[in-house]
Amino acid sequence: MSDTVLPAPAREGRGRRVTTEGAGARLALALAALSFLALFLVLPLVVVFVEAFKGGIGTYLSAFDDPDAQAAIRLTLTVAAIAVPLNLVFGVAAAWAIAKFAFAGKSLLVTLIDLPFSVSPVVSGLVYVLLFGAQGLFGPFLKAHGIEVIFALPGIVLATVFVTFPFVARELIPLMQEQGTADEEAALSLGASGLRTFLTVTLPNIRWGLFYGVLLCNARAMGEFGAVSVVSGHIRGLTNTMPLHVEILYNEYNFIAAFAVASLLALLALVTLAAKSVLEWRYGDALSGRGAH
Amino acid sequence: MTAAAPPLRRLRRPSAIPGFGIAFGYTLAYLGLIVLLPLAALVLKASSIGLSGLWAAAMEPRVLAALRTSFGLSLAAGIVDAVFGLIVAWVLVRYRFPGRKLIDAAVDLPFALPTAVAGIALAALYAPNGWIGRLVEPLGLRIAFTPLGIFIALVFVGLPFAVRTVEPLIAEIDRELEEASATLGATRGQTLRRVLLPPLLPAVLTGFALAFARAVGEYGSVIFVAGNMPYVSEIAPLLIVIKLEEFNYAGATAIATIMLGMSFAALLAINLIQAWSRRRFGHV
Repeated sequence: MSDTVLPAPAREGRGRRVTTEGAGARLALALAALSFLALFLVLPLVVVFVEAFKGGIGTYLSAFDDPDAQAAIRLTLTVAAIAVPLNLVFGVAAAWAIAKFAFAGKSLLVTLIDLPFSVSPVVSGLVYVLLFGAQGLFGPFLKAHGIEVIFALPGIVLATVFVTFPFVARELIPLMQEQGTADEEAALSLGASGLRTFLTVTLPNIRWGLFYGVLLCNARAMGEFGAVSVVSGHIRGLTNTMPLHVEILYNEYNFIAAFAVASLLALLALVTLAAKSVLEWRYGDALSGRGAH
Repeated sequence: MTAAAPPLRRLRRPSAIPGFGIAFGYTLAYLGLIVLLPLAALVLKASSIGLSGLWAAAMEPRVLAALRTSFGLSLAAGIVDAVFGLIVAWVLVRYRFPGRKLIDAAVDLPFALPTAVAGIALAALYAPNGWIGRLVEPLGLRIAFTPLGIFIALVFVGLPFAVRTVEPLIAEIDRELEEASATLGATRGQTLRRVLLPPLLPAVLTGFALAFARAVGEYGSVIFVAGNMPYVSEIAPLLIVIKLEEFNYAGATAIATIMLGMSFAALLAINLIQAWSRRRFGHV
């Protein structure tokens, strides 16, 4: 069938478009979708900020004078600063091995990398307690050497690394697979070293995908609650991350302070979403690998 | 680049690209240390309890009630997410209205919003003195601190999965299919039901399974609106936390093992749906 034989389909008839629903059905579907989204997305977000500012700006800001709140913010930043680079390096290494080479057992490896996504956060924390807790596998050894993992920073970092494990790898693997190996082979044949090829050819090709993965990884690392809650021990000022501090404040009926700290996390989510959308709109091709050629 | 005669049973095809050894080795070592070793510790602990021990732990009435609450409500939430996810994806892809892009971006909010924040926000909305709770209270309806509150939280966390799995497929639908259907005399309803919906079904099912799997394990956003009453509104992940706080590692491990088994079953189901879809429709 070629286009020259068939007349173009009549699209000009405004009232009789066959590829869409009637006006009534359209309105009903749009209303259903939008009210559902308003109820489930907009309202929860709005309520956080309204509750946080209920007592005015002064009360809002005083929530951050609390040394425990400041310690929680510091701890959350510290944990993310350790966990995100670890998973960034892993993600690049895994994507390099998986996308640039053909080897046996590849799909099994990809499945295993995705595994942490299908494990409940609470279970993610539990497995580390079973390993490093007082009654855990390595518990006696750690105790004998005076090393604290559970109820201390290392445990919180490990649990965070576990739950954010796949983010960067999963963004990069399809992208680098799409880009293939032609660019790298050209650079190598022109005499560039392996490292130089990676830094000057591969890295620029994947930079937006990498940034995207790091963005999502960071948002989850700073916001993780379940896994961290299991391993943290909730020691105020010491092992309390921001989400855990929100819980403590809330359970003490200190609602304004709880929502104030929560509003920072909500702001982080909004910034993440905005950056993610901007990346998708502007660099959509570079993210899906089509723009590299 | 085809090697002249690739030796049989070679585990890796030769390549001019360097760095396989170090990248692959690092990947395996890191994966082993961070993911596989800890999960192995869980399996080890579970095997020391034994199948009969696991069964006994699962049959404990409070555990059974928590598992039933978790799985039942996740199932319901997954279904609601699948249905509304399809409608939302359809409206976002097919209709043009101001703010469409903004709303499309907002669909990912449950991914990005920390679960504890979602939890206290939902509690503030649905508590008896909350924005919505206050409205339904005179009708004798309580949402927060009942299983209904858990259900709402689970719908919230699962929504992006349902929308994002269906959305790309709707965008790819060939309009000529609909035109052909219409020229052959089908009403719009018939076209939707018999031409457009069947190829979307695998994606809807995948979205359901993903939303369900996420809901089963969800903790942070639920515990604030659940009320956490044993036998009534206590979810399985919370019971794991409670057992851990009592230093009952065996009890916690038993529930975790059952949940892990269920999430692997969900993963398997997703893979089967996708394999079936590839055969039947030629796409995932």
